[in-house]
Amino acid sequence: MTAHRVRVTVNERVYEREIEPRLLLSDFLRHELGLTGTHVGCEHGVCGACTVLVDGLAARSCLMLAVQANGAELVTVEGLMKDGQLHPLQQAFHEHHGLQCGFCTPGMLLTALDLLRTNPRPTEVEIRQGLSAVLCRCTGYQGIVKAVEAAAVALRSSR
Amino acid sequence: METRPATGLIGAPAKRVEDQRLLTGRGRYVADLVLPGMLHAAFLRSPHAHARILGIDTTAARASAGVVAVVTGDDLRDHARPIRALSRMAGYAATDMPALASRKVRFAGEAVAAVVGESRYAAEDGLDRITVDYEPLEPVIDPRAAMAEGSPLLHDDTRTNVLLSREFSQGDVAAFAGSAVVVGDRFRFHRHAAVAIENRACLADYEPGTGALTLWTSTQVPGMIREALAELLGIPAHRVRVVAPDVGGGFGMKSALYPEEVAVSALARRLGRPVKWVGDRREDLLTSTQAWDEDVEAELGVNADGGIRALRAKVWADIGAYSVYPWTASIEVIQVVSFLPGPYRVPHYHGQAWGVATNKAPMGPYRGVGRPVSTFVMEALLDRAARHLGMDPAAIRLANLIRPHELPYRSPSGLVWDSGSFAESLERACEVVDYARLRAEQRRDVSARRRTGIGIASYVELTGVGSAIPASPGADIATGTEGATVRVDPAGTVTAAFGLACHGQGHETTLAQVVAQELGVELDAVRVIHGDTDAGPIGTGTYASRSAVIGGGAAILASWAVREKALRIAAHRLEADVRDLELSGGVAWVRGAPDRRLTLSQIARSAYAGAKRLPKGMEPGLEATRFYDPYIGTAANATHIAAVEVDLDLCAVALARYVVVEDCGRLINPMIVEGQAIGGVAQGLGAALLEEVVYGQGGQPLTGSLIDYLIPTAAEMPRVEVIHLERPSPSTLGGFKGVGEGGTIGAPAAIANAVADALAPLGIEITELPITPERLFRLLAARAEAPPSCT
Repeated sequence: MTAHRVRVTVNERVYEREIEPRLLLSDFLRHELGLTGTHVGCEHGVCGACTVLVDGLAARSCLMLAVQANGAELVTVEGLMKDGQLHPLQQAFHEHHGLQCGFCTPGMLLTALDLLRTNPRPTEVEIRQGLSAVLCRCTGYQGIVKAVEAAAVALRSSR
Repeated sequence: METRPATGLIGAPAKRVEDQRLLTGRGRYVADLVLPGMLHAAFLRSPHAHARILGIDTTAARASAGVVAVVTGDDLRDHARPIRALSRMAGYAATDMPALASRKVRFAGEAVAAVVGESRYAAEDGLDRITVDYEPLEPVIDPRAAMAEGSPLLHDDTRTNVLLSREFSQGDVAAFAGSAVVVGDRFRFHRHAAVAIENRACLADYEPGTGALTLWTSTQVPGMIREALAELLGIPAHRVRVVAPDVGGGFGMKSALYPEEVAVSALARRLGRPVKWVGDRREDLLTSTQAWDEDVEAELGVNADGGIRALRAKVWADIGAYSVYPWTASIEVIQVVSFLPGPYRVPHYHGQAWGVATNKAPMGPYRGVGRPVSTFVMEALLDRAARHLGMDPAAIRLANLIRPHELPYRSPSGLVWDSGSFAESLERACEVVDYARLRAEQRRDVSARRRTGIGIASYVELTGVGSAIPASPGADIATGTEGATVRVDPAGTVTAAFGLACHGQGHETTLAQVVAQELGVELDAVRVIHGDTDAGPIGTGTYASRSAVIGGGAAILASWAVREKALRIAAHRLEADVRDLELSGGVAWVRGAPDRRLTLSQIARSAYAGAKRLPKGMEPGLEATRFYDPYIGTAANATHIAAVEVDLDLCAVALARYVVVEDCGRLINPMIVEGQAIGGVAQGLGAALLEEVVYGQGGQPLTGSLIDYLIPTAAEMPRVEVIHLERPSPSTLGGFKGVGEGGTIGAPAAIANAVADALAPLGIEITELPITPERLFRLLAARAEAPPSCT
């Protein structure tokens, strides 16, 4: 199979790789770049565990080919912590028991980040609808919803 | 001096130590692990539910780019014995489950060949080039039909599809004759899938020089897998190490031994290179153990005052194609019959159970095991009896719930309830929801197209089961004990190692709370290790709501042993009487003379320095391994109340209110208990309203994706109110009771009863779960007075 050259920026770092055109973006991040924080839960775009930000928007990395991300700027869960400090959203998940097994957590965090960027003052219903893009089987979502509510307040006050 | 006592750690809502790595993408799940020279396996799976394999042509696959090996069931037979779950239970027939099917496939999705390649992509390319010649056989789909003479057989050697039959009896069901009301029906609780968000995965590494095998696997039971692999592969057990790293949810489904774990281990040994398999969601929905799937005929007879006279039930379980190791085909259906009488006085009981093999994925344990079904049936019968008698559902329960003065209570199936707050949990739940007001509002409900309903479910479960009864009756495996090794190093920090394995419960936090408090150190001085058979004492793993009780008990015993030794060393060094010493926050001091003190580090240095610094005759070192067996275990109970709105036009059910009043004994960490309860309710809500594994004509699975198998999202979940009663167990060390499964036991029944309550004026009963919009539509359409407007 012909190799294609891709150049992507992930978490503010530039990567260039020669890859097969069929390589999924999720596999590219995990296997080529070693960024295993992005998890694969269904590979058919339902569970949302593989959600990353592509040019600022939440996207399922299992439904994109890596070649489609050529030239794009990506954020994965590894890019949320800054200067050794948890992102306010990560901190809120910790404080409100927004995770148990942790497998959906990366996708949940990036989906919530996208939600809070587009809607900084979400109601509980808006949070629940916004997060319905990611499946969590452990928490029953309550801790996650509380965490996003708390993070919304924290992010507004830090602006 | 200042010594901050570390008491009060048990019961504190300590934030989890697991969170930092999981929140930053630094968790290590099996799929994340990479070894030098690692190969990737992919499995070819049968498209037929029941077929003979006439031949497999692997020639083209072997020639495919990047393919290293292709193996079939015949190739693997000499390298791994088939999985066989044994049981001492009368009326049980064991089955052989091969790592790869040979000669015959028994469910759609069963693996028939494996391709090992340099990448997963290359391995899957190889799969496409294998040709299998199948001769389709008549599939066995319906368990009741499968019991009949002349039905096709799944397993020739069992000579029947009935892998299990059992009967329970107490008193005389002739007592039905004197009942004021007898209610009964046929209930169906359909097949479910656990859907852990991390799919199953394993990575095997065989070291030819020493003959040692390491298997990293997404499992709840590394100890069990180790024993089984040693036996099936013929490797001495001390050369087998099984590691469960971070595990992305299990819910019981990851507590069985899977064919892929055997196959990947055998392949790694045969190829001399590490082999990894990462299952995808389709493989999970087709081949991971499925759950519940029972058909129940039950009858309840009550007196005019609501008092229960007699109960009888027949339960048919569809156990799928194989009896899973180690739980056997009995795990689910026996629990249904054992737990059916619930927390109620049932003087006369007769229960019969059959586990029947069909051409579907094997049934295994899933959160609640049997009790979601038994609770659904019993609670539905009580509500019906109440309706017939014109009694309130709460009142009929209060008339029958076993009271504290009757405990310990031997249930009609022989289970013992050591303690419980059955009536108290119901009364408290009614108080919290303001039951009287809810009922009054319901009576004022004027909008006939949106009906409100209130559903109650009270249940009792047995948790932390010790050696008196195996977690799966008759199964050939010890499930009643766990160990803990608590080690203080010269720096004064503590490592506590367990045979348990964690898949989201937060053991690294809760068990550290127990050790820190019982030993007398700060919480962050304790590190918990679990899920690695090389690192902890012999144990089986985490399942059956056992870890807090059994692991917690072992943690207490080991911590006490270390504490006692530390105090004796400190007394020697401080020239004090050991009875005058305190140890807390990592410091030992003489009561009343706080400057006469030693840190745990100083004590540990003495312990490892040897005889010169130790009391005469004391063995050096500062660590202890202790095992704990709670013997009968302990009852945990709860009452759930659900308030629903049923939209008769949309055929939709929405949860307006959900209250859980649970008693898991003494709380280790209320934040984590609440998370367990709410997470359990979410799975129960899925079971009640959304989730169903569907097999179509010919045994074809129709729910092979998460578009077809729906689990609750944040949008379907109500805000759940959880109240802890916290009545410490009198039977377990620490007073702990198990809490991992309870939420899923109560929720299906509470929600079903709420929907039934809403629809009772229309003469509609709920006998089948899940209550999907389609089922609701059919129920309503059958009632001329209230057809959905969307017809």
